[in-house]
Amino acid sequence: MSLSPNLRIDFPALDQHVGGKPLVYLDNGATTQKPRSVIDAVARFYERDNSNVHRGLHALSMRATDGYEAARTRAATFINAAHPSEIVFTRGTTESINLVAQSWGPANLRPGDIILATEMEHHSNLVPWQQLALRTGATLKYVPVTGNDAELGLDPDALDKLLTPQVKLFAFTHLSNTLGILTDAAALCAKARAVGAVTVIDAAQSIGHEPIDVQVIGCDFLAFSGHKMAGPTGIGVLYGRRQLLNTMPPYQTGGGMVNAVTYEGATWKPSPERFEAGTPNVADAIGLHAAFDYLDQLGRPAIAAHDFALGERACAALSELPGIRILGPKPGQPRGGLVSFAFADVHAHDVVTFADQDGVALRGGHHCNQPLMRKLGLSSTTRASFYVYNTPEEIDVLVKSMRRILKFFAG
Amino acid sequence: MSDLTDLYQSVILDHNKRPRNRGKPPIANRVATGDNPSCGDNCTVYLHLTDEGRVDAIGFEGSGCAISQASTSLMTTQVKGKTAAEAEALFNEFKQIVTSGQAPEEISDLAAFAGVHAFPARIKCATLGWHAALEALKQPPSV
Repeated sequence: MSLSPNLRIDFPALDQHVGGKPLVYLDNGATTQKPRSVIDAVARFYERDNSNVHRGLHALSMRATDGYEAARTRAATFINAAHPSEIVFTRGTTESINLVAQSWGPANLRPGDIILATEMEHHSNLVPWQQLALRTGATLKYVPVTGNDAELGLDPDALDKLLTPQVKLFAFTHLSNTLGILTDAAALCAKARAVGAVTVIDAAQSIGHEPIDVQVIGCDFLAFSGHKMAGPTGIGVLYGRRQLLNTMPPYQTGGGMVNAVTYEGATWKPSPERFEAGTPNVADAIGLHAAFDYLDQLGRPAIAAHDFALGERACAALSELPGIRILGPKPGQPRGGLVSFAFADVHAHDVVTFADQDGVALRGGHHCNQPLMRKLGLSSTTRASFYVYNTPEEIDVLVKSMRRILKFFAG
Repeated sequence: MSDLTDLYQSVILDHNKRPRNRGKPPIANRVATGDNPSCGDNCTVYLHLTDEGRVDAIGFEGSGCAISQASTSLMTTQVKGKTAAEAEALFNEFKQIVTSGQAPEEISDLAAFAGVHAFPARIKCATLGWHAALEALKQPPSV
């Protein structure tokens, strides 16, 4: 049950040279490449079915509506939601989280309530909660990240102490974009449920990599983006339990989300329409449908195993480099296919510029995780993040490139 | 694609490895910090402006890539002894060098940064320390 190396031909963008070298694309944590089937699905929509959705009575509008709603139903089956109405299409993870913060938040939080997050959240699962706390008088607290560089994880004892009945919402990442730590989402949700807290999972990094069943995990909300799972940019999903979504006020208002409008007021449709004001991103929802199909055809358990193997291999190979700090979970612990590292004497931006000359696409910086970087005593790290098309040979190219950089700066 | 030795010239590598004027000078009456929010780099420049309006002491703290560290180090050596107006004029010449890749012959070490122009994403690294210094020169005196 492993992935075929032949699947690289499914991704047209991989077939190119950068700086005269074959592209080694290791920036999948930022965005993944797209398979031909996704690109074709988007193009086919514009070529044949392009029309506005809902309320349309002509043939193209009906085709567009069917395609858009089929994508919603497919999203529901992809994460095993109980019903398609639990799938709200958004622009991506950030908008999904903001929707919860701006709609559920003010209606449910009072001064003295606690919002709990973790120290390893991406800014998109941190700043919206800071703003919500300011707006409602609630307090934002963080579950600490503890351990040495190469065995980092959430502090389980601190989590148990912090999860009190005052916690009304617990927001956490399923897979840290900076550290590669995969959290035990089902266990965290069970603990949160025991104190009556609503759970929000940032699944941006895990959605295209790990099997996800929202009913097994038991979360209230789960947010993800299409573009980090082989789908198009500009489309994402907020999963929410139906009972919760239908008690929430609208996030944005306008056309498509109302039942009846008078000059004095309006009434709202139920979810998901309530949260999808205006013309939605029909074409990219249809592209996302093709991405769900593509990933399930490969098999998510096989993708997860592939990622894990590349992540461990990269850690082991990079750890032999002098003066390197590798930040992440202990070897053998649940992890995603990414590795974050820093050199004592070479800054991440110099590393990324050098690697680019070898055709290797990396990311260097704070990874939208400034508070965690400060805590770890770093201003930036270099991150290599893998996907279905990456190979062990590409890790060899990465390590060779890193050796060249170290030699250059030592000289 | 431009060669990396054009970007990382020996002057730059030298200043990166052995930064000049690193740390807060014993006397300073102006300070300013520059940030590069997209990459997390930061740079604080301290300087002492005399009653006659000349920089007679300057130093910097912070972290960043080789380009930003070397550029800030070199900047401190160039700005020392200058007035605010002279420093600003020099910065304008420096900006020309890093954006055009062309350097007039009389501009010695700063010309090492001409290679930056082929890497547009790195121009903000090269100018970080300069921005902090010019900002410091605009500040009211502080103890």
